Amino acid sequence: MRTICFYFQVHQPYRLKPYRFFDIGEDHYYWDDFLNRSVIRKVAQKCYLPMNALLLELIQKHHGAFKVTFSFSGTFMDQLEAYAPDVLESFQRLVATGQVELLNETYGHSLAALKSKEEFAGMVKQHQDKIKQLFNGYQPKVFRNTELIYSDKIGAMVADLGYKGILTEGAKHVLGWKSPNYVYQNSINPDLKVLLKNFRLSDDIAFRFSNKTWEDYPLTTDKFINWINAIPQSEQVLNLFMDYETFGEHQWAETGIFDFMRALPEAVLKHTNFGFSTPSEVIHKVPAVSPIHVPIPISWADEERDLTAWLGNDLQDEAFDRLYELEAMVKKTKDPDLMRDWNYLQTSDHFYYMCTKFFSDGDIHSYFSPYDTPYDAFINYMNVLSDFVLRVKGKVKELEKA
Amino acid sequence: MKVLMFGWEFPPHISGGLGTACYGLVKGLAHHNQDIIFVVPKLWGDEEPLADFVNASDVSIDYRERKFKKIWKNLTYLEVSSFLVPYLGPEEYKKFTDYAIHDRTDVDESIFTTKYEFSGKYGKNLMEEVSRYALTAAQIARDRDDFEIIHAHDWLSFPAGIAAKEISGKPLVAHVHATEFDRSGQSVNQPVFDIEKAGMEAADHVLAVSQLTKNIIINKYGIPPEKVSVLHNAVLDASIIKSNYNKKVPEKIVTFLGRITFQKGPEYFVEAAKKVLDRDPNVRFVMAGSGDLLNRMIDRVAELRMASKFHFTGFLKGDDVDHMYAISDVYVMPSVSEPFGISPLEAVRHNTPVIISKQSGVAEVLVNAIKIDFWDIDAMADSIFALLHYDGISRMFKEMGSQELKKLKWEHVAAKLVTVYEKTLSTRP
Repeated sequence: MRTICFYFQVHQPYRLKPYRFFDIGEDHYYWDDFLNRSVIRKVAQKCYLPMNALLLELIQKHHGAFKVTFSFSGTFMDQLEAYAPDVLESFQRLVATGQVELLNETYGHSLAALKSKEEFAGMVKQHQDKIKQLFNGYQPKVFRNTELIYSDKIGAMVADLGYKGILTEGAKHVLGWKSPNYVYQNSINPDLKVLLKNFRLSDDIAFRFSNKTWEDYPLTTDKFINWINAIPQSEQVLNLFMDYETFGEHQWAETGIFDFMRALPEAVLKHTNFGFSTPSEVIHKVPAVSPIHVPIPISWADEERDLTAWLGNDLQDEAFDRLYELEAMVKKTKDPDLMRDWNYLQTSDHFYYMCTKFFSDGDIHSYFSPYDTPYDAFINYMNVLSDFVLRVKGKVKELEKA
Repeated sequence: MKVLMFGWEFPPHISGGLGTACYGLVKGLAHHNQDIIFVVPKLWGDEEPLADFVNASDVSIDYRERKFKKIWKNLTYLEVSSFLVPYLGPEEYKKFTDYAIHDRTDVDESIFTTKYEFSGKYGKNLMEEVSRYALTAAQIARDRDDFEIIHAHDWLSFPAGIAAKEISGKPLVAHVHATEFDRSGQSVNQPVFDIEKAGMEAADHVLAVSQLTKNIIINKYGIPPEKVSVLHNAVLDASIIKSNYNKKVPEKIVTFLGRITFQKGPEYFVEAAKKVLDRDPNVRFVMAGSGDLLNRMIDRVAELRMASKFHFTGFLKGDDVDHMYAISDVYVMPSVSEPFGISPLEAVRHNTPVIISKQSGVAEVLVNAIKIDFWDIDAMADSIFALLHYDGISRMFKEMGSQELKKLKWEHVAAKLVTVYEKTLSTRP
């Protein structure tokens, strides 16, 4: 069985409002409701609603031959409930077709896997519960970590939580001569299968589709079919992983991205020997060829495919360490408001905004950042965190007295 | 006495400390019944009527006057050869120089129009405005002969002062509020330095805002000591400000407030903060302001892993400045080179004890403050710790500081200035 596995990441962070030094100790609401709502509504119109409609149309048209997979961050689902129930409903309709698989991830789209096993497990559990609640008791079997961050250790941790498979980047420096188009297994726990993103063909759609300076521009369905057919017959699985916002948001409707996707399933089914599957089907049917060794964490971001988009400069490391040193105290409080803020403050985007890799990948960073500079992002985050620390300490003191 | 005074800005429309100092001085002179013709490049109409204000933008120049052309000729070089504007970051500076190099072919034709609309700001046409201002000054000096002495504030109006002296033959007093060495450290901008030096040399007497500045004038500009007098600044209002603004954090607050530039020594404040926080984590440090070193300071604070106790507010305006003083437990001014430095006096008005660098003019007048060398971060950390923990010393500074402030009046400064005028007039050859 040769198969294409489409997985779309759907995530929106809770962005912070401009929070000044003078607000510390007084204003305990951190989130920019107006901005967050505007972004959700804008992306809903440009991407979520039209693309969901298209996918529903394709699924119905192909009677079970076309399938896709989603992973929704908890912060995204919370914002759908608050700002876009219409979008939530259209996702629920898609899942109800039975041709859509959902994955688990950390609720807060966090980097907890790198820092705290306990926090990580807690966030995964919370995410399971939320998916169950919103999607009619649905229980995911495959895991994807924030930004496809993966290492041998993270894989083993995920296997311990009962998952049979995980998705990550087919990073060049990890694969070497090997192809991403096979199923691999975790090098510590062979029960966990690892699916690798084919970054060339994925990024042809996600990043290069509308790039007029690209030699293969414009990307047509025919061209893409030829590339798929050029894959050696022995290679079984083509993993096309990308942000869902690729459709209509990163690549605008005017670029023809919707038309491309409308034509693709039929062309694949007619002109190639590939079908479509979800990760759990792939893991069930396709045996692993070998373990994959990833001693140092990889991700799907930037040219380096490492963690430097979120961690590594002084601003990021300082903010990250100050945040996680609160873990034990926050948990002691058991306060729902504090737990919610703690969750949202862990979202990887906050650290992404503090990235100072201006010259190579700065463009894409600044596209996604509500701040003018990484320094502004850092100051704002630290002001908020300072207030959060005061609240947590206050609450702990209160509990000790009682 | 009737004084023809050239300034660059006047309250309420000011962007620097120069306008505030001019206001205090004019107010003090008015107290002593001195008549002042105060010229600024641009008047807004809502200035307090303390002087006979002249709006340079309204002055028509009779360009047939030969003498003017000579003055102009001497000035044009400055405009074309220099690209300096104070307080510009490197990027803006580049934009400005590009403009000056590529777009300035119009100088000769346009400059002899009869009127010129000054912006009165520190913008990209600064040098053009400075030289044009001088031409206007010449016209004013020719039209009015009802003054006895000319007084020019800082390099921006020195060419005006020189021109007025050339036309009228009246003596010139050059008042130095800051030198190029304070602003730029060792990398001085030659054209500005040249104007400053020319102004001081052409002047019959030079005023310095502090002994510190007088030393620079003597050592770096080669002006003979007997030609320079120290005239310290004062405060307009010495009353204690009672604020209703309360701080919302339990920790004590130590504040730096000013432009985050080389001159103000922000890096020493950061290093001292680290030393204090290592000893006592229950303190918050605040760096208020912006400037070209801001990002470097943020980087350093993150590197020292103290960002949850060290905060940046960005540029503060209006009430926020008062609020910041009000919630501060210690105010630190670690300036590397500060001709005077009025902000510690503002802190004292808010009953906040201050630590000031010995390299500031204000250290010469404020007795009840801790004075340290700007580079001595150990001493700075010690003093911060002491003021935070030993109530006796901070209480003493609060009480005595406010007493001291009452003596720093512009009337006293103006009285001294009048004697300088008199001496200058009487010693004229």
